[in-house]
Amino acid sequence: MKVTIDQDKCVASGQCVVAAADVFDQRDEDGIAVLLNPDPPAEQAADVRHAAVVCPALAIHIEE
Amino acid sequence: MTSRLNPASEHSAEIPGYPMDRAAGCPFDPPPALRAKQQEGPLAKVRLWDGSTPWLVTRYAEQRALLADPRVSADISRPGYPSSAPVNGSSTVSFILMDDPEHARLRRMVTAPFTIKRVEALRPAVQKIVDDLIDDMLAGSKPVDLVEAFALPVPSLVICELLGVPYTDHDFFQDNSKTVIKRDASPEQRMAALGHLSGYLNNLLDEKLANPGDDMLSRLTERIKAGELSRQEAAQMGVLLLIAGHETTANMIALGTLALLENPDQLALLRDTDDEKLVVSAVEELLRYLHITHNGRRRVALEDIEIAGQLIRAGDGLIMANDIGNRDPDAFPDPDRLDIRRDARHHVAFGFGVHQCLGQPLARLELQVVYSTLYRRIPTLRLAADLEQIPFKHDGSVYGVYELPVTW
Repeated sequence: MKVTIDQDKCVASGQCVVAAADVFDQRDEDGIAVLLNPDPPAEQAADVRHAAVVCPALAIHIEE
Repeated sequence: MTSRLNPASEHSAEIPGYPMDRAAGCPFDPPPALRAKQQEGPLAKVRLWDGSTPWLVTRYAEQRALLADPRVSADISRPGYPSSAPVNGSSTVSFILMDDPEHARLRRMVTAPFTIKRVEALRPAVQKIVDDLIDDMLAGSKPVDLVEAFALPVPSLVICELLGVPYTDHDFFQDNSKTVIKRDASPEQRMAALGHLSGYLNNLLDEKLANPGDDMLSRLTERIKAGELSRQEAAQMGVLLLIAGHETTANMIALGTLALLENPDQLALLRDTDDEKLVVSAVEELLRYLHITHNGRRRVALEDIEIAGQLIRAGDGLIMANDIGNRDPDAFPDPDRLDIRRDARHHVAFGFGVHQCLGQPLARLELQVVYSTLYRRIPTLRLAADLEQIPFKHDGSVYGVYELPVTW
């Protein structure tokens, strides 16, 4: 699984952090999403897919 | 409702009015006419107070697609925007009614305090607020109005602390907020209430400019000094955050408690669990099931958009009825059942797209603390009136109860 995020689209909802805290974080200054691991292990895949589903800005892209 | 509408087309009789009424005796369910429209198809025309006929979008998938579509505008000043009431001047418009890039510029100035980490750090303070209010309730007489004694004070105290607003002014801002979000308030009443609130926020900004503290309003005054934000924009943001920060969560606390009291098996599950994940799950399910913002999320198409076999023309108004979207059986099996163990995390109670609720991490935290504390500390909590006597906010753009008499 390859994950990318679009920080220009991100609206800092933090939903990705709630869904998969090992893969996503937020910048302190404005809450914009930061990718901690673009290549998450298989056991985190379901959480990352869920993060992409609930991202209100459709800013998370996944290549399986 | 239809009697004061002016039929504008030969098909007007077939176009139902919006918003629609809930059924008597079903206070937690969306209006039956809304469900009927959803069963007929994802899009239907409805008629508003001014005779206009925007699209009502009833199904979850289409609602999400349109709310996230950059060809869809939230700009209330555009022709075709389906206003919920007479528009009362641009001076009261905050960024929730603007498009990017202006919306993004303003929103990003207030996102920092709402990161997951910053909000999570507030948990002990929110827990103390909740525990202290419960202590007061238990020490006082009963029955008690849960709205007045608990549901309103919890989020009001939290947002006051965060913004730097003195809680002693709560009667003033709670009363004016009520008028702003009342469905049937006249434009004059709404304007006056917003005027009072922005005057109040302006005065507070003066104080923060002179004596900055560790709060959001003081951070906004730094932006004013740096020339990044106008005085008026800062006051509008303050009004928005103050209203949104207490009204919605207060209604979720009181209505959520009523829904749980009416579903004792679910209440028992929540009260007796040691599993914090079940508390988190219960909050998401109650947000989905109750969906208190029952006026629809309103937009206007900027271009022709084809969706679900229907052509939406540029300039057509759109109302995403997320309350019925959260009861869409394609997204939530057996949608009318309150089931705190279901996975409801994909609900649209906070909306979707770039305008999704800014304060949702804070709302979730407050609800998690409340729902995991109130029923454990008062396990015999019960209604002190019949359900039929409870006054529901049918006239508000945010649904809930005006009063909730409880005893134990």
